[in-house]
Amino acid sequence: MSGEAVVLTGFLAAAIRISTPLLLAATGEMLNERAGVINLGVEGAMLAGALASALGAMEAGPWVGVLLAVAAGVLVSGVFAAVAIGARANQIITGTAVTLGAVGLTGAVYRTAFGASGPGLSLPTFASVPIPLLSAIPVVGPAVFNQPLLTYLAWLLIPAVGWFLFRSWWGLALRATGESIEAARASGVPARRVQVLATLAGGALAGVAGASLVLAQVGTFAEKMTAGRGFIAIAIVVLGRWHPGGVLLAALLFGGASALQFALQAAGLAAPYQLFLVLPYLLALAALAGGAGRSRQPAGLGK
Amino acid sequence: MSGQSLRATITAFVALGTGFLVLALGLAVAGYDPFLSMGALWRGAFGSWYALGSGTLVRAVPLIILGLGVALAFRAGAFNIGAEGQFYAGAIAATWVGLQVGTWPEPLAIGAVWAAAAAAGLAWVALPVLLKVKWGVLGVISTLLLNFVAEAVVSFAVTGPLQETQGVYPQSDPIADSARLPALAGSRLHLGLLLAVGLAFLLWWVFARRRAGFRLKAVGAGPLAAEISGRIPVKRVVAFALLFSGALAGLGGGVEISGVTYALFQNLSPGYGFTAIAVALLARLHPLGIVVTGLLFGALESGALGMQREAGVPAVAVQVAEAVIILVVLLADVLVRRAASRTPMPQEAA
Amino acid sequence: MSATAALELRGISKAFGSVQALHGADFSLAPGEVHALLGENGAGKSTLMHIAYGMTGPDRGTIRVRGALVSIRSPRVARALGIGMVHQHFTSIGALTVGENVALAIGRRSDGQSVRRTEIALPARLMEGLPIGARVDTLSVAQRQRLEIVKALATGATSLLLDEPSAVLAPSEVEELLALVREFTATGGSAVLITHKLPEVFKVADRVTVLRAGRVTLHAPVAGQTPVSLAEAMIGEAPVGHTAEVLGTTAPRATPAVVDAAPARPAVRVGGIDVMAGELVGIAAVLGNGQRELLRSIAVGRGTAFVPEDRTIEGLIGGMTVTENMVLGLDTDPRWSRGARLDWNAARTRTAELIERFGIRAPGPDAPAATLSGGNQQKVVLARALEQGPQVLVAENPTRGLDIKATVEIHDRLRAAAAQGVAVLVYSIDLDEVLELSQRVLVVHAGTVREAPKGADRRVVGEMMLGVRER
Repeated sequence: MSGEAVVLTGFLAAAIRISTPLLLAATGEMLNERAGVINLGVEGAMLAGALASALGAMEAGPWVGVLLAVAAGVLVSGVFAAVAIGARANQIITGTAVTLGAVGLTGAVYRTAFGASGPGLSLPTFASVPIPLLSAIPVVGPAVFNQPLLTYLAWLLIPAVGWFLFRSWWGLALRATGESIEAARASGVPARRVQVLATLAGGALAGVAGASLVLAQVGTFAEKMTAGRGFIAIAIVVLGRWHPGGVLLAALLFGGASALQFALQAAGLAAPYQLFLVLPYLLALAALAGGAGRSRQPAGLGK
Repeated sequence: MSGQSLRATITAFVALGTGFLVLALGLAVAGYDPFLSMGALWRGAFGSWYALGSGTLVRAVPLIILGLGVALAFRAGAFNIGAEGQFYAGAIAATWVGLQVGTWPEPLAIGAVWAAAAAAGLAWVALPVLLKVKWGVLGVISTLLLNFVAEAVVSFAVTGPLQETQGVYPQSDPIADSARLPALAGSRLHLGLLLAVGLAFLLWWVFARRRAGFRLKAVGAGPLAAEISGRIPVKRVVAFALLFSGALAGLGGGVEISGVTYALFQNLSPGYGFTAIAVALLARLHPLGIVVTGLLFGALESGALGMQREAGVPAVAVQVAEAVIILVVLLADVLVRRAASRTPMPQEAA
Repeated sequence: MSATAALELRGISKAFGSVQALHGADFSLAPGEVHALLGENGAGKSTLMHIAYGMTGPDRGTIRVRGALVSIRSPRVARALGIGMVHQHFTSIGALTVGENVALAIGRRSDGQSVRRTEIALPARLMEGLPIGARVDTLSVAQRQRLEIVKALATGATSLLLDEPSAVLAPSEVEELLALVREFTATGGSAVLITHKLPEVFKVADRVTVLRAGRVTLHAPVAGQTPVSLAEAMIGEAPVGHTAEVLGTTAPRATPAVVDAAPARPAVRVGGIDVMAGELVGIAAVLGNGQRELLRSIAVGRGTAFVPEDRTIEGLIGGMTVTENMVLGLDTDPRWSRGARLDWNAARTRTAELIERFGIRAPGPDAPAATLSGGNQQKVVLARALEQGPQVLVAENPTRGLDIKATVEIHDRLRAAAAQGVAVLVYSIDLDEVLELSQRVLVVHAGTVREAPKGADRRVVGEMMLGVRER
């Protein structure tokens, strides 16, 4: 392959790999937002999932790590659901508090288990799994079809969630709940239960996102390592207009923006690394500022 | 004490108690000695004059100021969860100005530092204000994102333009003497405490006696009625509330620089912006109450360090207690609302 | 009570907190009949039907469906028993399509193959003009109500409970609705028509049950009744004075206001038509014809006070005290504000005076507004509006949800305000209220305002509301 092709493939591969945790978390958040719940605790759920996956992987391998991550994500978002949906407290503050608590808890657990400073954990991670034939396609093949299994899972979720939302009755019930709880209830939809389940599903996916971050991207755990990815996921949902296909594209965009860092550095651009660090956040801000079609927002979001 | 104040106080105690209980239980589960840890927590906060003066009270100052800012926004139904980033913005501005005003007389220098800090905090919340006015609840996310951006800017500043002249450490030069706050001899307690308390009284007066304070409350408690029957420009009031809130948070950063650290470095804030939410909520947004809860949480933060020293418990664990406190206050509020159709907590304004 | 009654409620009692909404009420619906449930606001008719539909449970009493004793724990159970309800506030979701709303209503039993194209086997007449793929928020009010009926029938309702369905319709649309109901019962269905409008009872109902303050005062075939007998059963005495309120008679009966000196310039222009000081002008319109926007644009004008439709969300702030609510909109009034300062003692004193003057039942000026009853809350809103010393007062559905006593009080205050020289504009969804109160009637249709001819009756105004007639 030519030099440019190599760079391009590398860039695409990195973009997809980086976008995976974002995609997983955003898919989950899209589900609960479609049901009318905005969960700022997604950041905490992701971080909890990250730590859980590290601990699980250390003990029993990466897939156990993923399982524990799901449990952690469900637990964290379960606390959120109990307070914000069960007790109908304000969703924004509840989510913020949950994330605050999760950051404190994961930090405390990590330091207790591994000490305040020291070498990073070395964990068994997910290797890339090339899909035969497809991964041989020039340029695109090795990037798209040679990814860890979690990435394929994340991509397969998109049409599955799309079918669920727009072709099944429960998906219809979920969307109805997000538009108007009273109206949904009047049609016999158990609205609160739907919201809780959607939130737990979102938490599970956030947990997997954390696991993906640790076991398929970074390779280790560090305190506060999610660094706002959960919040970026929320911006991705907005940019994707609460639609599975849109969310996929938006997540890829963000992955690309982060991967740009490596491509530009490879091209010899001498800019402070903090600039690349803030790129995703600025992109998210831009998404919130311009990309949002407010009319697409579920009418009952946050109520 | 009126029924509402009594209920609020009881709620506060219940929330505090629950928070500590959860913390103690968690520590016990993790293998720490809960009694030793709690004792260490107490000693770290109140165990000595040093603990009290240079620990608790010093940490209370930014918490009170940021708490006031958060409460101001909350009262109007707007949630400022970007106080952390606004704090850093203020700290950056304060440092930069603090390095320039060496030849100025002290009151002027301090005034300039504080003004710059407040302006920076206000600027840092300006974009989210715009987004909130346009996109409502989702605008809140922008304040969170800007927290991370602010931290990155600090990182950039202290390894670049503001780095100390030796170029070795990721921190700024110490600010000029004239920009530093006078401190109580032998401790780290500085003039900022008077500012914090003064601001609390000012805000209390505005809330109770000024039309602006009334309008804030109306907008937070009933945005539609405020707009239609009160002829109040709701979006403008909310915007101003958020801008002043950011200014206060920025000021808190400036006070920290000019009173405690005298220089900028990373991780300046152990999460003041989020603890401030607990401070404001626990005090039910009452400015004078915030002085009390600010002191309480200052004690908590100071105690956490003591707990880490003595009992080996990671200081960050207290954030769990803080989160529990916030959640309990929210829950108590819901119960109150169900029982007596009062709404002490603002609803989110459009 | 026949054993083959489609629906039978016996001895139903229900209390909400300290308010006893129903005292041992009986109600039975025979198959194939249209049964009117009559009563003024607050009499308990909605509560009784909510119990029949499983939205709430009775404290005492039994329910039988086709003779079998049942316990209706939820609307789902009610629907399974063949009971359907068409509510006053529509329960369709605007962002979803007609088909999706129906599929949602049908529930998991629907062949959710493709929820957008649900096949519904229903009378073609019903589905006329109701496009399956259209988003509900693009439909008209009458269409949306049609959708509510479709939803009820699609879930297999044989007993249809209609809660004040004519409230949102123009007169000819009401005729269409009543015809639909008759057609439904002709094919074996049964219908309950909850209403407080006597003419409808005589037009379509076979039997009538009257509720007053939670008790059944009359239960008889419609044939043997007269408007007076029904009115008596509704309000407990031979109607005197407030006859028009109750009987829904059509002639405008308001006494003209006495104005000392009519100024040459109009107090306000409504869609190009002048209204002078001291006039009480009624606005008649079908929902969604621009009257709301028109009135609200007038209401923000200087010297104009506004009594908004939704007092609990737009008029008052429940969590604040009566005093604080009184200051709302008056926070620059020199009696309690100097510069940017607010003198709460002065405000409290004045509020106490107003409470006295308007006969507002409240524990005091520091009571939270949410603890007041609907009628008293509305009085606070009205008192505040008048306190602003306006030249123009705009009132939107000012007696919505109030019982007759409170309604009459509000009407008197509006008339008094006009007598004081305020130009009063009253919009009510209840055409009879508009005709009763006003000296002049302005009709809004598709954003255009036209004045109804003097002495125009209900039919004429109704036709103008639908744009069928221009004058």
